[in-house]
Amino acid sequence: MAEKAGTKVMMLGNEAIARGAYEAGVKVSAAYPGTPSTEISENLVKYKDDLYCEWSPNEKVAMEVAIGAATHGVRAMASMKHVGVNVASDPLFTISYSGVNGGLVLVAADDPGLYSSQNEQDSRMVARSAMIPVIEPSDSEEARVFTKRAFELSEKYDTPIMVRTTTRLAHSQGVVNLEERNNIEDKPYEKNIQKNVMMPGMAKKRHIFVEERLKKMSEDGYSLDLNKVTYNDTKIGVITSGIPYQYVKEVLPNASILKLGLVHPLPKKLIEEFASKVDTLYIVEELEPVIEEQVKSWGIKCIGKEILTVQGEYSANMLRKAILGQELDLEEAADVPARPPILCPGCPHRSVYSVLKKLKKHAAGDIGCYTLGAVAPLQVVETSVCMGSSISTLHGVEKAKGKDYVKDWVACIGDSTFLHTGVNSLMNMVYNKATGTVIIMDNSTTGMTGHQEHAATGKTLMEEDTFAIDIYNLCKAIGVKNVVEVDAFDIKKLEEVIKEETAKEEVSVIITKSLCALHKDFVPKGKCVVDIDKCKKCGACMVSACPAIHKGPNGEAEIDATMCNGCGLCMQNCPFDAISLIENK
Amino acid sequence: METKSIMIVGVGGQGTLLTSRIIGNVITKAGFDVKISEVHGMAQRGGSVVTFVRYGDEVAEPIVEEGCADILIAFERLEALRYAHFMKKDGVMIINDVRMDPMPVAIGAAEYPENIIENLSKKYKVISLDAKKEAIELGNARVFNTIIVGVVAKSMEFSCDEWIEVIKETVKPKTVDINIEAFKKGFER
Repeated sequence: MAEKAGTKVMMLGNEAIARGAYEAGVKVSAAYPGTPSTEISENLVKYKDDLYCEWSPNEKVAMEVAIGAATHGVRAMASMKHVGVNVASDPLFTISYSGVNGGLVLVAADDPGLYSSQNEQDSRMVARSAMIPVIEPSDSEEARVFTKRAFELSEKYDTPIMVRTTTRLAHSQGVVNLEERNNIEDKPYEKNIQKNVMMPGMAKKRHIFVEERLKKMSEDGYSLDLNKVTYNDTKIGVITSGIPYQYVKEVLPNASILKLGLVHPLPKKLIEEFASKVDTLYIVEELEPVIEEQVKSWGIKCIGKEILTVQGEYSANMLRKAILGQELDLEEAADVPARPPILCPGCPHRSVYSVLKKLKKHAAGDIGCYTLGAVAPLQVVETSVCMGSSISTLHGVEKAKGKDYVKDWVACIGDSTFLHTGVNSLMNMVYNKATGTVIIMDNSTTGMTGHQEHAATGKTLMEEDTFAIDIYNLCKAIGVKNVVEVDAFDIKKLEEVIKEETAKEEVSVIITKSLCALHKDFVPKGKCVVDIDKCKKCGACMVSACPAIHKGPNGEAEIDATMCNGCGLCMQNCPFDAISLIENK
Repeated sequence: METKSIMIVGVGGQGTLLTSRIIGNVITKAGFDVKISEVHGMAQRGGSVVTFVRYGDEVAEPIVEEGCADILIAFERLEALRYAHFMKKDGVMIINDVRMDPMPVAIGAAEYPENIIENLSKKYKVISLDAKKEAIELGNARVFNTIIVGVVAKSMEFSCDEWIEVIKETVKPKTVDINIEAFKKGFER
C-alpha cells in the first residue's frame, strides 16, 4: 500500500525517486536492475494500481519503452545504473532531437567508489554528449521533489531529462514529506513526422532546436528554483551539487554556496555573478570536472581537481584537508585481512566453477554474482568486461587463436545477463561459424541485484504470471545444435558434459540449472556434517571455497550448521566419505 | 543537540540492515532528523559491510567520518577492528564476539588477528557478547541481531517502550514476540 500524503517518512533516495515519479503522475516506467538503481522500480511497484512498471530485458529496451509512452502523451520514466546508460545511449542521443510529448525522465545512477560496478564513469558527460539536461538532488527529500520537477521541465522544454544520482544518495535514507499524486490528463498524440522520425532532413532542423533549447535552459537557470545561492562570508565561495553539497555544508558552514540543482546546461550568468562576489572560488564535484572545466573555459578563476580527486567518493574530512589545510589527528586504520565478497554457501555457481577448475578450463566471465569466480581460490574467471560480453569475447578469442585454443575456454554467463545482451552474441557465434562452448548459469533469477524477475522466470515486476521464455528452446531456435541442460550440483555429469562439448567443433550451450540459494523459494535439502573420525584433513572440501567450511582446532574440516545450505558439493568432493548430508524432513 | 554518529559493521548477509532500520525508526519517532547510509549490491555477498546512522536537529552528510563515531556496533570482531579508527576517543563499541574467517584467512593467505577484544578494550569502552549463543538459548539463532539492538539501546537516550513499539512495527508479524524477548535479553543484561 502507498503511504499517505501529508505524512513524513524515512525513505531511501531510490524510494524517494519512485515516490516523486508517482506524485508527478508517471504512468509508464521501465528498467533493468543494476546497483545502485534497482530499488527505484522495486518501490514504484507499490503504486501499481495507478501506473504500469516493468523489468525490461535491458536498458536500451527500457529506454525505448519509456520513449514510446512519452511520445504518446503520458509521463514516462526509465531507470538504470551508469553502465546501463551506455546500453541505452543509442535511443537517448536521438530522442534528445525529437523531444517529448509527455514528460520523459531517465534516472542514471552513478557509482563513485565502485561499490558494485565495473567502472566509475560520470553520466553527466553522457548527458552533455546527448545534449540533454541533468538534474541532481542531494538528499531523499530533494530526490522526490526534483524527480517531480524533472517531468515538468521535460514538458516545458520539450526534452528528455536525466536525473543523476550516486550510490550514496540512492542508498541513504532521509526524511521525506509525502504529497498527493498529480493525476494529470494524457496529452493527445498528434502525428508529427518532422518531429518524431529522425531522418537526416528532419534531424538537421531538430539539431538547431536542441542547441537553442540548451541555450534557453542555461538562461532560465539564472532564476530556476532548483539552483540555490546562499551568501555568507564571501572569502570562500563554493559551487557544488548532489551529495558533495552535504560535505561542503559540514565543513564550510559560513562559506557562500551556489548549490546547483540543474547541472547541465550550467546557468552561466548565475555562476558569473556568484564568482564575481567571492574571493576564492572552489568547485566541489565527485568524479569528473564537468562543472569545473566549463567554468574555467569562461575565464573564471576557480580551484577544483588541482586539490580534489576524480576517484571515489568525497567526505567531509577530505574537504577539511584539501580546502582548509587542516591536519586531522586520526588513528591509523588497522592492518587487517581484507574481506572481499564471495559466493554464498549453497551457490550453484561454486559448483560449476569447481568443475571448471578441476578440468583446468579458463572462463570468459560476465556481469553478475558469478564474476566472483575470479576471486581466490577459484580464479576460473579470467576476463570480464560488461553485460553479455562473455560470449562475444570468447568468439573473438577463437577467431584470433583458433579452434584448438578455444577448447580450453568457456564463456560463463547468468540467465538474466544472457537475456540482457548475451543472446545477440550467441547469434553471432552461430552465424559466424564459431565452435566455442557457452555455459549459461541459470539460477532462475537476477541474483546480484536481489532477485528481480526476468523474461525467463514467468513473473513480471507487477507480480503477474506471464509466459516464461525457455532458454533451452531459445538457443535451439537460434541454431545451436548442442544444447545440454545439467543440474549444477551433479558434478560428475557436469564434468562429462563440459569435456564432451568443449571437444566438439560446433557451438555448444550448457545450461547449468539450480535456484539461487538466497531466493525466497529456495528450500535447502538439509545440512552437511563432518565425521571427524573419517576426516583425513586433506582439504579437498575447501578447494571450492565455501564460507560454511573452515578448519577446526586440529585441522579437520568443520561445517558451520547455521551457514550450510546443504548443497552437498563438499560431500561430493570428499575422497574419504567423511561428509554426509542430514536431509530435512 | 550536536549530531550523533552510529556505525553498524559486519559481514554481508548478517542482517545489519534490519538493525539500522530499527535504530532509524526509533530516532525518527523521537522527532530527530536522521540519515542512514547503507551498502547494497556486491558487498552484500559475504563482504565487509558498513551502515552509517547520523541524527540530531539537522543532519547534512549521511556518512560517519573517521574519528567521529559515538557508537560502533560490530556484528563480528574482525570487522570491529577494521573500522576502529572511525571511533571517537570516548565512544562505545558493542561487539558481537564471533569469528568469521574472510576468504584470505580461510585459504591461508592471511592470519586472523588475535586478542581483538582485549586490544580494543585498552583504547575504547567495549561491550562484548556472543549474541548468537544467547539467541540459541532463546530458541531462535536468527534473532541475535535484536539482542544486539537491546544492548545498543542501553547506550542511547530512548526508553525501552519506544524501542519495543518500533520493533513491533518493523519485524515480521510472526516474529514479534521472539524479537521482543531478544531485545529485552540484550537490554537487561
